[in-house]
Amino acid sequence: MTPKTVEERERVVVRFAGDSGDGMQLTGDRFTSATAVLGNDLATLPDFPAEIRAPAGTLAGVSAFQIHFASRDITTPGDRPNVLVAMNPAALKTNLSSLERGGILIVNEDAFIDRNLEKAGYKVNPLDDGSLESYQVFRVPMTTITVRATEGLEITKKDAERSKNMFALGLVSWMFGRPTDVTERWIEAKFAGKEDIKQANLQAFKAGYNFGETTELFANSYEVKPFEAQPGLYRNVSGATALSWGLIAASVRSGLPLFYASYPITPASELLHELSRRKNFGVRTLQAEDEIAAAGAALGAAFGGSLGVTGTSGPGLDLKTETIGLAVMLELPMIIVDVMRAGPSTGMPTKTEAADLLQAMYGRHGESPLPVVAAATPSDCFDTAIEAARIAVKYRTPVILLSDTFLGNSSEPWLLPDVDTLPTIEPNFAEGPNTPDGFMRYLRDGNGAPPWALPGTPGLEHRIGGLEKDDAGNISYDAANHERMTQLRAAKVAGIANDIPELEVDDGDDRAELLVLGWGSTFGAIRAAVRRARSNGAKVAGAHLRHLNPLPRNIGEVLRRYPKVLVPEMNTGQLQKVLRAEFLVDVQGYHRVTGHPILAEELEEEIMRRLS
Amino acid sequence: MTDATSGNGSGNGATTASGPLTLTKKDFTSDQEVRWCPGCGDYAILAAVQSFMPSLGVPPHQTVFISGIGCSGRFTYYMDTYGMHGIHGRAPAIATGLATSRRDLSVWVVTGDGDALSIGGNHLIHALRRNVNLKILMFNNQIYGLTKGQYSPTSEEGKVTKSTPFGSLDHPFNPVALALGAEGAFVARTIDNDRAHMTEVLKAAAEHKGAAFIEIYQNCNVFNDGAFDALRDKAAGAVHNQIRIEHGRPVVFDSGERCVRVGPNGRLEIAPTADTPEEQIVVHDAHSDDPTLAFQLAHLSSRPTTPTPIGVFRSIDRPVYGDAMDAQVEAATDRLGKGDLAKLLTGGDTWVVK
Repeated sequence: MTPKTVEERERVVVRFAGDSGDGMQLTGDRFTSATAVLGNDLATLPDFPAEIRAPAGTLAGVSAFQIHFASRDITTPGDRPNVLVAMNPAALKTNLSSLERGGILIVNEDAFIDRNLEKAGYKVNPLDDGSLESYQVFRVPMTTITVRATEGLEITKKDAERSKNMFALGLVSWMFGRPTDVTERWIEAKFAGKEDIKQANLQAFKAGYNFGETTELFANSYEVKPFEAQPGLYRNVSGATALSWGLIAASVRSGLPLFYASYPITPASELLHELSRRKNFGVRTLQAEDEIAAAGAALGAAFGGSLGVTGTSGPGLDLKTETIGLAVMLELPMIIVDVMRAGPSTGMPTKTEAADLLQAMYGRHGESPLPVVAAATPSDCFDTAIEAARIAVKYRTPVILLSDTFLGNSSEPWLLPDVDTLPTIEPNFAEGPNTPDGFMRYLRDGNGAPPWALPGTPGLEHRIGGLEKDDAGNISYDAANHERMTQLRAAKVAGIANDIPELEVDDGDDRAELLVLGWGSTFGAIRAAVRRARSNGAKVAGAHLRHLNPLPRNIGEVLRRYPKVLVPEMNTGQLQKVLRAEFLVDVQGYHRVTGHPILAEELEEEIMRRLS
Repeated sequence: MTDATSGNGSGNGATTASGPLTLTKKDFTSDQEVRWCPGCGDYAILAAVQSFMPSLGVPPHQTVFISGIGCSGRFTYYMDTYGMHGIHGRAPAIATGLATSRRDLSVWVVTGDGDALSIGGNHLIHALRRNVNLKILMFNNQIYGLTKGQYSPTSEEGKVTKSTPFGSLDHPFNPVALALGAEGAFVARTIDNDRAHMTEVLKAAAEHKGAAFIEIYQNCNVFNDGAFDALRDKAAGAVHNQIRIEHGRPVVFDSGERCVRVGPNGRLEIAPTADTPEEQIVVHDAHSDDPTLAFQLAHLSSRPTTPTPIGVFRSIDRPVYGDAMDAQVEAATDRLGKGDLAKLLTGGDTWVVK
């Protein structure tokens, strides 16, 4: 056997693509774990159809998982894969166009049969017609080898064939020198009690690994050295998990029991699933009868002194709107998580978009301002959830926390915080009357926030409601009172600008001609694009907003400091519109609504174009 | 009502932390001017509830009234307890969040036929199904009063209103039957002007652990006057038409003249008591797991213009939602240990960068 060479790479993008039933998300997830443990920096992008089981072998049924890993700091899941694993013709057809020229294409040759080729719309087998000449194609009979490797086990042929994703995982694990023990341990735990299935998966995984090592097909493997990250303890985390844990952390750090009410909706259901597992933190979860009830129950729990949270995605946010307006009027703390997806209406439920910003800011009748925050990366979902809770509790207000499908599903290494250094949140419940004449529900503190008086507190009995009130909490139709109350509610939210950090700009020599300003999940792409453009000599600065309402107090000054401002968004220009309206600055936009994250590559081109 | 110095949380002397409480109606009466139309049935309900509450021994600060929108929605402002006047139809949902997270509180929902059965129908049926610890008082006046007189989901077919000048085409709900169909564990009906009966029903509802649904026939003297005269007005023959059902008692009414019996096809029918052998007279059983009898009684009359049952149709024990939720929290804590944030974050695959 010829000894194989090991080639070093700084960064690699691998995409696993197959039928929905092929287990590609699982394969990607396992490869990610092994990559995380090895110590590479990484970012992932799952991409799957809305249908649970689209017809097998069709283009609509293709499910893919992309991972970008590197020996240096990276910020996006990668633009173009260097390696594409295609488990069937449909996966090849839908993913080939993104594979880099000269890239590695590994196909499950067994799946390229007439029936599958026809379903994918191939008239001739692309493996044979020369159309793949510009790629390094590896034809591997994965199904055949997997079935052979699992011979002797008491399993059906179907179960044997189903293990082929573990073969693919083993092969790619070999190719990039991933540790095998992590995956083997996982298989053992996952299939504990199903001895033969467990063995089948283990043997398929090992067969894949050994296939790479022993066959002549592959001349070399690749090494991506660990990233020399900031010292500390790390784990890999998805946005959905980080957001859920951030809510739990806010509960722990405030002493407020977490009450999470939600109605199943893609992609926000992940939060309900995760929090429902964490009842030992005193978390109460309610799968409500509808989106409206979920918002109502969260608000009712908040009235009683819980950290009341409801989570949803766009269509659900529409339904919760009236309840959020009530929370604005009641001035009670509440968090509404919107994991944005492509709209309008049902749109593309499993695809990402960030087009709910204007709805979050303005989507209620009457003058009903509320704070809006947005997470930038999967791990940032943790900190943003705590920040949402801090603002909600301190200012007695509903807060909308924006995440999106991409953030929720994708993952990255997370330098774990010391939990004792997380912010503490002080509920400061009212304990007695706030005036000598009794309790006045809308008498405000120095932050403009009214007291939070919990039912069960003697002497503070009071009634709140959607009708306008005076300072004492009595219904008031007085014209001057309504105008004053409207202003006080607005001033309270606007005043939060004094309680959040100023906008920091990453501008190497302070002479940038273009500022690229982002919010939400475009963070990674913007950072990578700015970095690349700079290395090409472009004078470009970058900044990112976590707080969208109110905006940081220095943002007007920042916008006016640069000759040009570019705001890339996964919508048709929503933050751009807000900034233009608020600051009369000619902010330019870069807008994509493809259902996929904006790529660093396209953004880099846009930056260069704007500067030319 | 805009006197900024009075404060609506005036508190009261009854809420001492120690010693037995001597509560009175005054302790549950807020300083707010009551603003329903003169002659409205709501006044009688308010007075009955304010008078009844002290008997529960639950102080005002541990009592919460949550209402929706409509004339009934104002009820919360008149109770010197904690309260929330919510949004249209959503009171049971809001109250579900409160009652399940604060089991120490006595939570009451006040709603109307439009609020509970039209815009809020979904929340009502699910609160009943889950058996959340809520006492739901539904004022049924068979009309939209606050919006000045449109037909409601309990209005009779053919009802002529501003929105139905040629008569309503809608078939009405039977609220008691709806609540039974929604797996309500406690379902009752009473009448606004019968203080004694209402108090009896309120008491039974308060004693029930879980969701209690009480339909209260309530006269709207402005937009639907007399809708319940057959049952609430002496001159209109109320004494002949009220079928007072009580658990374990034969269903006889009209001063014993008439009874409810099982007809030849298994359906209930009204018959002269004198012509009915005693064993054929229905004996009410509110505690049966099988809701069939309660459902049949609910359908004895199609409209409250003929002999109609009032009282407790059904009262059974079922697990209470908030209790079950807390039991899961406790069981999880016993099994997994009290949640430790640091352990949560560092659980699973981690690695150290030096």
